[in-house]
Amino acid sequence: MVKRLIALALLAVFGAVFATLLLGYTPDSELNLTARYYAERTAAELGAANIVTAIVVTYRGLDTLGEVTVLFLAAAIVGLVLANSRPGQARERAPVGELLTTGTRFLVPMILLLGVYVFVNGHLTPGGGFQGGAIIASAVLLMLLANPLRHFSHNLIAAIESLAGLFYVTLGLAGLFLAGGFLDNRILPLGNLGELISAGAIPVIYSLIGLKVGAEFSSMLASLAETEEL
Amino acid sequence: MAYLAMATGFLLILIGFYGALTNRNLLRMIVAFTIADTGVNIVIVAIGYMRGRTAPILDSTVSAAAAVQRIIDPVPQALVLTAIVIGLGVTALMLAYAYKLYEKKRTLDIARFTELKG
Repeated sequence: MVKRLIALALLAVFGAVFATLLLGYTPDSELNLTARYYAERTAAELGAANIVTAIVVTYRGLDTLGEVTVLFLAAAIVGLVLANSRPGQARERAPVGELLTTGTRFLVPMILLLGVYVFVNGHLTPGGGFQGGAIIASAVLLMLLANPLRHFSHNLIAAIESLAGLFYVTLGLAGLFLAGGFLDNRILPLGNLGELISAGAIPVIYSLIGLKVGAEFSSMLASLAETEEL
Repeated sequence: MAYLAMATGFLLILIGFYGALTNRNLLRMIVAFTIADTGVNIVIVAIGYMRGRTAPILDSTVSAAAAVQRIIDPVPQALVLTAIVIGLGVTALMLAYAYKLYEKKRTLDIARFTELKG
C-alpha cells in the first residue's frame, strides 16, 4: 500500500512535469535550421525523394551503422544468454490447425515480397531497411507460429547477417575514396529524383540494412523459440 | 492535433511508469516498459508535426524547391525510426533475461530476487 502511494506520488510529479511541457509547447510555424538544411539540400545533393531516408542512410549514416551494431549486439546477447537453454528433446504439442498451416504457406512468400518491396523502395516511399527487415522477420514469426518446432539454420542467418554487414561497411569505405566521405551515397550515379534506380548507393545500402535487420530479428525470434518450456 | 498526440504520448508514458512501478511480475514490467517506450516515440513524432504540412517525401505534389514550405520536420521521424528499432532490441534482451531469471528461481516475482538487498 505504501509502495503504491509512493509510486502514485512519483507519477504525480512526472505528470506535473509533462503537463508543464505540454502547456508550454508551441508548434513551430517554420522549419528549424537543421530541418531546413535537410529539406533544401536533400534533392540536389543526394537525389533521394524520402528525406527521412536521406538523413538515416547518408547524412547520419554513421549513427545508423552504430544502430545496426547495437541491434547486432542485442541479437548476439539474446543468443548467448539463451544458448544453454536449448531443449534436449522437444515436447509433444497439439497441432496448430489447418487454417494456420495453410495460411502460412500462402502468406509467407507474400510477406517476404512486401518486405523486399519496402526496403528496395526506401528512398522513394515511407519505409526502408528497418521496416522491411521487421516485415521479413514477421514472416519468420508466422512460420514459427505454424510450426513451433521448426528449426531455422543459425549458420544461414549468421551468414546473411555478416555478409550484409560486410558489404555495408565496404560501401561506406568506398565512399571515403570515391566520393565525399564515409557512407557517401554518391559513389553511384544519382539518377532522376523519384525513380527506382536513383539516389546513388542509398537503395543498395538500405537493402543491405534490410537484410541485416531481418536476419537479426529472425535470429532473436529463433533463439527465443528454441528455448525449453519451463 | 499535435497537442492531442502529445497528450496521448505523455499519458502512455505515465501508464507505462505506473505499470512498471506497481507490478511485481517481470513480464508485466516488460510490457509496461514497452508502453512507456511507445509513449516517448509518439511525443517525439508529435513535436515534429506542423499544421497544414505534409510528409517529408518529395513527389509530384511536393517539389524540391517548395519542400521548405510544404514538409514537416524530418529529424524527429529519423530519430523515432532509430528509437523503435533499439526499443525492440532492448525488449528482446529483457525477455531473454527474464527467461534466465525464471529458469534459476522458477518465479517471475521481482520481490523474490533479493540477492542485492543489503
